[in-house]
Amino acid sequence: MTVTPPAQTPEIEDTYSLRSTFYERAGGFFVPFAATVLAFFIGGLVVLITGHNPIEAYRAIFEGAGFNWPYQWLTGQDTTASGRDLQQTLRAATPLILAALAVAFSFRCGLFNIGGQGQYWVGFIFALLVGTHFEGMPRPLHVTLCIVAGILGGAFWGGIAGFLRATVGAHEVITTIMLNWIALYVGKWLFELDGPLQGAAPSLPRSEVIDDSAILWIIWNPYLHAGILIAIVVLFIYTLLLNRTTLGYEVRAVGFNPEAARYSGIGVRKNYFLALAISGAFAGLAGTVDLVGVKHAVDQSDFDTNFVAFTAIAVALLGRNTAVGIFFAGLLFAGLSVGTSSRNLDPEIFEPALATDLATMIQALVIFFVGADLLIVYIWRLRRHLHLRRTQPAEEPAPS
Amino acid sequence: MIDRYRNFKTVASVGIVLGVAAFVLTLPPFTIRTTLVPIIFGLGALALGLAAISQGERRLGGFALAIGFLGTVGGLWALGVDQDTLEAVITGGLVASTLRFATPLAYAAMGGIFCERSGIVNIGLEGMMLMGAFFAVWGSIWSGSWVVGVLTAMIAGGLLALIHGVFSIHLRADQIVSGFAVNLLALGLTGYLYSSIYPDGTPTEKVDRVPSLEEAFGFLSWVPGADLSLLVWTMFLVVILSFVVLFKTPIGLRIRSVGEHPRAADTVGISVYGVRYAAVVTSGVLAALGGAFLSIGFTGRFAENMTSGRGYIALAAVIFGKWRPGWAFVATLLFGFGFALAIPLQREADISSNLISTLPYVLTLIAVAGIIGRSIPPAAVGRPYIKQ
Repeated sequence: MTVTPPAQTPEIEDTYSLRSTFYERAGGFFVPFAATVLAFFIGGLVVLITGHNPIEAYRAIFEGAGFNWPYQWLTGQDTTASGRDLQQTLRAATPLILAALAVAFSFRCGLFNIGGQGQYWVGFIFALLVGTHFEGMPRPLHVTLCIVAGILGGAFWGGIAGFLRATVGAHEVITTIMLNWIALYVGKWLFELDGPLQGAAPSLPRSEVIDDSAILWIIWNPYLHAGILIAIVVLFIYTLLLNRTTLGYEVRAVGFNPEAARYSGIGVRKNYFLALAISGAFAGLAGTVDLVGVKHAVDQSDFDTNFVAFTAIAVALLGRNTAVGIFFAGLLFAGLSVGTSSRNLDPEIFEPALATDLATMIQALVIFFVGADLLIVYIWRLRRHLHLRRTQPAEEPAPS
Repeated sequence: MIDRYRNFKTVASVGIVLGVAAFVLTLPPFTIRTTLVPIIFGLGALALGLAAISQGERRLGGFALAIGFLGTVGGLWALGVDQDTLEAVITGGLVASTLRFATPLAYAAMGGIFCERSGIVNIGLEGMMLMGAFFAVWGSIWSGSWVVGVLTAMIAGGLLALIHGVFSIHLRADQIVSGFAVNLLALGLTGYLYSSIYPDGTPTEKVDRVPSLEEAFGFLSWVPGADLSLLVWTMFLVVILSFVVLFKTPIGLRIRSVGEHPRAADTVGISVYGVRYAAVVTSGVLAALGGAFLSIGFTGRFAENMTSGRGYIALAAVIFGKWRPGWAFVATLLFGFGFALAIPLQREADISSNLISTLPYVLTLIAVAGIIGRSIPPAAVGRPYIKQ
């Protein structure tokens, strides 16, 4: 006698990418939205317990991020301050969006690229090498060269993980974590005192500053550089690459089901390699844009304080690996970090030292809730459940 | 047949010992300054390694080859360095210093092994350590006793691990995503609590630190290294216990079977969820002990993000040690030795400590890449289990 296995409902599929696509279709906008609300709510509770007013704190963060600019602009108020805040938010969103694509692209291939930070730094350093050489080159050419170098650097670092995954099957999470730390310490070594790439000032652990010709144009004075436009273009490229090319089709096929993909003649290993290398290219571009747009040089201490590509993991998860989602999630998290910076947050209302940590907590909670989509769906069902019971109590008793 | 196989394991092990000797004998306190030593011992290691490989013992044989080669190179390099520098770098304090660096790693690595052996990926070790580091200080100040500090650390670490458990076991969230969120949550939470409880940056109250073996039990002061913190000594116990529990008791068998084949374990009546919850919480408690050592066991204070990646190094040790307590402990010792050596090497030989810091990660990459005996995780690690 044979026992037929129970039919597999999408809910019990156990790979992340499968579940995420299922809920993308089923829940759409709902899960990320609910996760964000829930995370801010719990964050608010923490604020309340420690003796502050959460609504005022959130309001101050909102205004510190410059999100009140559209309102002020429409009503004809003075927008100087809010405009500057918004510029900073957009500027901070740029590397977040780009590095989030590095996570999202490999997610679509069923891989978790946690190594965005390492790829970001390698891209950054490659671009720095180009930016500090070729003095006097025309700006468009020099900037382009920097970008190409950064993309190659990131792709190289991501490609190592891809190569190991494709050839010996080493799990990409482990290899990318290790590669992150290797990149971080190599970076600290390169720019340390008497390090190989230390800049001209002998007592500063700092790189050379890139040439003027390699600095990105400013499109909105005084802060906003053209990087946000690059990010938007790359978001389009990402969508087209995934949905309109053979490469994207294969990557997604492998992400859905590697076995089925292999069976239909798609090279799974090749796609693992390509997905991680292309992911690395996105992260490398994020580093490059940060270099040519904002930083123009790097301090050794930056390696200990800059974790933009880690935040980008939250952005990719919240944005559900879609271009539109990543754009808005990037804005949200950029706003959260700019709005809580000591420069933009009024310490009378809420101390920036606390707010920065609050922002980290909210990020963590968002990741938890987006990752545990089941939880949100449970809550959603519970609500519908109660709703049903309230409207039709007699005819349709709720199933236990 | 089996005996012969075992024999060549011994041969390879002797090879490894010779390879290590090729390097160590050229260093203080032995300091044999002749090129013959590294070359003879190195050749011996290579020969034994080759012999073992030819008889089918590839893993250890390959290890012996690698160690023999590295030992010879290291030994020859050491001979090129003048004796005073060597003696300034290799001091008696190096052993104690290695242990101090290895202790937090070892606690967290043992935790990681329990967790991963039960089939739950734990990249949240870093966050659990950080929770331990903060709550150890908080509990120690609050109660004035280090014992309470250690206990609160363990509870806090266990609770954070429980969150990871609920999300990855019951809610079937992606375990890597959940572990990553655990790290962020701990970073935010400890930072938030620290700046809101101690607004001036540093607590003014005295932190009761974990005493050394000597201070705790005066009659043991003759033991070498009695000035090391009690937590260093309990770490040895934890490592031994971890090995015994995992490989010599029914509990360990259950944990391992749940991690290898949860369906089969479920069929024979083992509660998969129960075992996994227990293992995850254990990992949190142990990682928090590692964190407690960092704060009240060693520096006596807390700083934001004070673990600075040690949880990931512990994770590396778990993988490098192939999910086995003994080997993982050796890995933490190796990494700890690297860090202990980094400071005098930077001072005396001008070798960048940043470069040495990459060592654990490079070694782990090599280990997972399978160049020297591949690291293979438990079969069901990372997969949520659905009861039927």
